[in-house]
Amino acid sequence: MESRFISEINGKKNYSNTMSDMMSEKIEDAKTEAPIAEKYKLQTKDVNVYYGDFQAIKDVSMSIKPKSITAFIGPSGCGKSTFLRLFNRMNDYIEDFKMEGKIKIDDKNIYKEKIQLEQLRKEVGMVFQKPNPFPKSIFENVAYGLKIQGIKDKKLIADRVEKALVQADLWNEVKNNLNKSALTLSGGQQQRLCIARTLAVEPSILLMDEPTSALDPISTAKIEELIHHLKQDYTIIIVTHNMQQAARISDYTAFFYMGELIEFDKTKKIFTNPEKKRTENYITGRFG
Amino acid sequence: MRKIREFVIEKSLLSSALITVAVTVGIILVLAVEAFSFFQEVSIFDFFTDTEWTPLFTKKHYGILPLLTGTLLTTFIAISVALPIGLSISIYLSEYAPRSFRKTIKPLLELLAAVPTVVYGFFALVVVTPFLQQFIPNLSGFNSLSAGIVMGIMIIPFVSSLSEDALFAVPKALREASYGMGATRLQTAFKVVVPAASSGIIVSIILAISRAIGETMIVAIAAGQQPRLTLDPTVPVETITAYIVQVSLGDVQHGSLEYKTIFAAGITLFALTFLLNTISFQIRKKFRQKYD
Repeated sequence: MESRFISEINGKKNYSNTMSDMMSEKIEDAKTEAPIAEKYKLQTKDVNVYYGDFQAIKDVSMSIKPKSITAFIGPSGCGKSTFLRLFNRMNDYIEDFKMEGKIKIDDKNIYKEKIQLEQLRKEVGMVFQKPNPFPKSIFENVAYGLKIQGIKDKKLIADRVEKALVQADLWNEVKNNLNKSALTLSGGQQQRLCIARTLAVEPSILLMDEPTSALDPISTAKIEELIHHLKQDYTIIIVTHNMQQAARISDYTAFFYMGELIEFDKTKKIFTNPEKKRTENYITGRFG
Repeated sequence: MRKIREFVIEKSLLSSALITVAVTVGIILVLAVEAFSFFQEVSIFDFFTDTEWTPLFTKKHYGILPLLTGTLLTTFIAISVALPIGLSISIYLSEYAPRSFRKTIKPLLELLAAVPTVVYGFFALVVVTPFLQQFIPNLSGFNSLSAGIVMGIMIIPFVSSLSEDALFAVPKALREASYGMGATRLQTAFKVVVPAASSGIIVSIILAISRAIGETMIVAIAAGQQPRLTLDPTVPVETITAYIVQVSLGDVQHGSLEYKTIFAAGITLFALTFLLNTISFQIRKKFRQKYD
């Protein structure tokens, strides 16, 4: 199993020219405190999350570089989704949710009272586990984010919708049916529509919470390819249960277990030569 | 032994179901037969075009229009009250209220529908009408305005409770998608949740309308019993239901034409509510297909 990952990692080098640069850069150990520096897109420091008495996240610090793909892996209930949803403050709606520590995006603490939630979420887009298009037309789905910002310029909206659909590699399939209900699309198309909808708002960070877990292998491959392209412009963080997927598409991988960040390193390192025994056990399928 | 017991239980359950069906069919049959014999004597054309309804006077007219207008007028007033209030409540409960508050307030609201309607009627007559007369001096003691308003209060839970169910049933994923793109709660509620729940909301409104159309006590007590073709909410009117009460309580001779008028009126009422229920049933069927 291990050798398969290695070959996938090696195979991946071929289609990524920035990859070798990424690989040569040094990443701080997950447990040491990274100095807050500007070259990171997103940084967390000593983050703890509680749901009532239950502690879901324990002392997690990590730093994520701009225009990289970071995969969060770990067994169910390990806190990876909870951690991801901190970055656009999606956990705020959960009763009993409590968070400690610092999360900085572009050097701004997003848990400061002054921050505008709506502004943050324009900056930090999210794609969910199950495709969740609105029961509206394809066009209206993608235009939604613009319309709620109060943009009325029809030409501008149409342009941005087209651009987002092209970026999400869906334009050619839907350009003649923009007024059809989004619910008539296949699951894979719906998920790409949801990606387009997020891109239309022009965020700089994309959070993806198991975006392919409800899709068939062909749709999954399409979305993975898309994610790879999007890396040029976006910082992407993806939660996945599928370790091959993490190995295939990510530059960095974070392994979570029981709310703790066990290991965070270059994907290649995690899948070939992990520091921690627990990481190795998990990626080789010995538990989880 | 066990088999016999099973058999007895099964058949008795079946027969209770059949009895219900039989009663419904029986009611429709009686209505239809009596109405048919009414229309032997009064032409259907006159029934729907004559603008006067005076079957109990010496100069008899059998035009359903005044009763129909009275019914629709009070219903319209009731819906005008219940719709904005009921919808606001449902949106608040589903999108804003803490869960514990929602759990307490919903059954309390539903109590509104449990108050005996005769109490509402009395309330309209002795509280609401005098109160409104302070602002509308020429408001009659019996009028469709206060009857309609009070009826609107009564049907608020029909709108709020059923709409709230529909709103609450909208998948959380849709709300998250909307919040995730930077939408506020208000934008999410009105641009995503309400449209997604629209069929459920429409069903709730239709059910509330058909409840208002069939409502009897409030209008009989507070709206007056004068069949009058008018859209003026300040004067007494008579609804179909109020007329049926009036005749049933009076000493109209069994089998006479006057007696048969209540069946003609009844079948009109039945047709109206049946139509509304069918529409709501169709919408609900479509709604179910959409969300499975």
